[in-house]
Amino acid sequence: MYRYSEFDELFVRRRVEEFRDQVQRRLSGSLTEDEFKPLRLKNGLYLQLHAYMLRVAIPYGTLDARQMRQLAFIADNWDKGFGHFTTRQNVQFNWPKLADVPEILEALADVGMHAIQTSGNCIRNVTADHFAGAAADEISDPRPTAELLRQWSTDHPEFQYLPRKFKIAVSGSPRDRAVTKAHDIGLRMVRNQRGEPGYEVLIGGGLGRTPMIGATVREFLPENDLLAYVESILRVYNLHGRRDNKYKARLKILVHETGVDSLTHEIEDEFAERKKWFAGVDRELVANLKAAFEPPVFDLSRTRAFEDRKERDSDFRVWTDTNLSRHRCSAYAIATVSLKPIGGTPGDATANQMRVLADIAERLAHDEIRVSHEQNIIFPHIPKDKIPEAYDLLAAAGLHTSNFGLLSDIIACPGMDYCALATARSIPVAQDISRRFHDLGIERTIGEMKIKISGCINACGHHHVGHIGILGLERAGVENYQITLGGDATETAALGDRAGRGFSAEELLPALERLVAEYLRLRDSAGETFLEAYRRMGPEPFRAALYPEAKKLAA
Amino acid sequence: MPIVVRDHGFKREELNESNFVDLEDARKSDKESLAVELPNCEDPQSVKPLFPKIEIIRIKFPNFGDGRGFSLAGKLRELGYAGRLRAAGYVISDQYAIARRSGFDEVEIDEALAARQPETQWISKSKWKAHFYQDRLVKVNPDSVG
Amino acid sequence: MPRNFALKVITTNRLVEGDAVYLTQAGKWSSEFADAEVFADLGSATSALEKANEQTLFHIGAYLADAEIDPSGRPRPIHYREQIRSRGPSNYFHGKQAEAANV
Repeated sequence: MYRYSEFDELFVRRRVEEFRDQVQRRLSGSLTEDEFKPLRLKNGLYLQLHAYMLRVAIPYGTLDARQMRQLAFIADNWDKGFGHFTTRQNVQFNWPKLADVPEILEALADVGMHAIQTSGNCIRNVTADHFAGAAADEISDPRPTAELLRQWSTDHPEFQYLPRKFKIAVSGSPRDRAVTKAHDIGLRMVRNQRGEPGYEVLIGGGLGRTPMIGATVREFLPENDLLAYVESILRVYNLHGRRDNKYKARLKILVHETGVDSLTHEIEDEFAERKKWFAGVDRELVANLKAAFEPPVFDLSRTRAFEDRKERDSDFRVWTDTNLSRHRCSAYAIATVSLKPIGGTPGDATANQMRVLADIAERLAHDEIRVSHEQNIIFPHIPKDKIPEAYDLLAAAGLHTSNFGLLSDIIACPGMDYCALATARSIPVAQDISRRFHDLGIERTIGEMKIKISGCINACGHHHVGHIGILGLERAGVENYQITLGGDATETAALGDRAGRGFSAEELLPALERLVAEYLRLRDSAGETFLEAYRRMGPEPFRAALYPEAKKLAA
Repeated sequence: MPIVVRDHGFKREELNESNFVDLEDARKSDKESLAVELPNCEDPQSVKPLFPKIEIIRIKFPNFGDGRGFSLAGKLRELGYAGRLRAAGYVISDQYAIARRSGFDEVEIDEALAARQPETQWISKSKWKAHFYQDRLVKVNPDSVG
Repeated sequence: MPRNFALKVITTNRLVEGDAVYLTQAGKWSSEFADAEVFADLGSATSALEKANEQTLFHIGAYLADAEIDPSGRPRPIHYREQIRSRGPSNYFHGKQAEAANV
């Protein structure tokens, strides 16, 4: 894992002092609220419905036990004993007071963490595949790239006041687990025909009001050209992105209005100039980054502890069948700890649960923890022999829900229960769906199913790329939920199709039941997933299930 | 009376407002040392032919949230502009370091802002070369400079 | 008064604490919606709002929220956003609902 250099350490300490000063100047009137707001946002601080909310970066989703314990400490001291893990590999604390925030930032700095650029019109926390360094299918570990981009984007003088927020994701596997096609810049690590490392560069993806799938602007960018190229994209965006309408200010709109070819041309022209200035990235630094992310030394010895437990404990077997993924080393597994207990708040962990996760990582799993954009926690390197013990510890803390990738593994933003931007609640919707389908006992029959819920058009809950997407809106003073179908967040990314009119909160659950029942009736085999069935048959049979009254009218 | 902020603090403006001309007038002018004002959406290539005649370029910031001026400054420097470069308009003290890093020499503010954000607040931001990630990450190609 | 005019109260979030507060008849800020002064016309609501927004060091910018009178004669929020804001989140017993229970 990457450890802060002396430079990083001094940087975050100075930044805390700067923010402390900014808070004082806001309180004394030296900064107006309009001036203070972008400054606090760049330090992760929002004002929500009930209180401030601090969004802490977990760069490329990687944490160690010490850092997780510090998050638990913050949750106990300044939240109400909870942390909420988000779709952008951040963690949010809901109840801090303004005057306490510098102290929280200080506590983060103590463990090499920060909340810098987790909000505001700047380059946000760089995200990456949560299975990085562990996945059996990986080409390269995306984290050295993500850390380089973190350092490069931090306080970048040119790009602190962009037209709008700017998100970058990096993936190093053919399986795209980082939703690279829905980011302003998506980087996919590839090799050219000569076997040299580089990136496929996608731009202009994004969800929100105008969802778009990113377009490839470079099939192969040599590794050493990365910063010059990314800087060229940002510069073109900073100078030409729209500033007259915040809903049209993202890079995707510039791509759409300028055209991919013409914008690619501008970026390449800028790059040709920019490149002259770059003698390259400091090589020693890049070498240090790569070394920092070297995998741990794997212990290849095996007993039968894992298999024995599977044979005699069906709950354990179900959990391992559901929540483990294939590790690059056969004596190991990647374990996903679901933060989606049946009827719970998606992405929430209590301080006590965080400490349990830290203990397991430290004692049994090479001191590594990941946070996924699907709002779950991952032990990327856990020896199979240690899994029974880890499972018992998880079970004692209520962290053993066997639903990774299943219907109740729902992504949901905080929605109107917390968020000032929301137009409807999303947490109670997720809770109802999770409880209902669990009670029906058909989750395993359904198989892979991604339900994603957003409480407003900004789409933090990624609803456009859910197999079933749910968007909460307001209709005549009440909450109303629109359904999209057939979305996909992976390398075969697709935006869901809007099914039709929205549903009231009461109508929504029965509608989803009809939809799922129809899928089970129509699928060609037990192995055909909802998404596959939808792609085979198109939206019509599913629409008919959602809107039976339309069928009656037509008859 | 506008105030010009540099690393050592406030100094009085010695240039007269009427000295500043827009790009079109600069092209027509036969003066040897020009003070040119640019909107933040100007194409820097169009300014390049005038570089030898320009003593100072002032880039307007209509709002502190509009960061185009920072990229424009960076591009002017890369194109070889070595004269004085000033950010003017709505720039707050919290932006001083990034303005300097982007290539500006100084910031021009009005008296109202100077009263609300006095000199000490600007001086506290003047050590802009410290804690500068980009400066240590990227090696500038010596052949390109100038 | 236009036919669909809803009663108004003035609300904001405090700068230091961040919590939702409501302007009372005495010109103070209360953490309870029910304590708010009710404005029956837009003119008086708007001028009171302008005055409230001069307190820039206390809060982050006030706005008007729709209200109705409950059976006990006190104002309550109409829109679900303001209901949630005046009560607390629905997934945990946190925020104002918990504070009220502790009194």
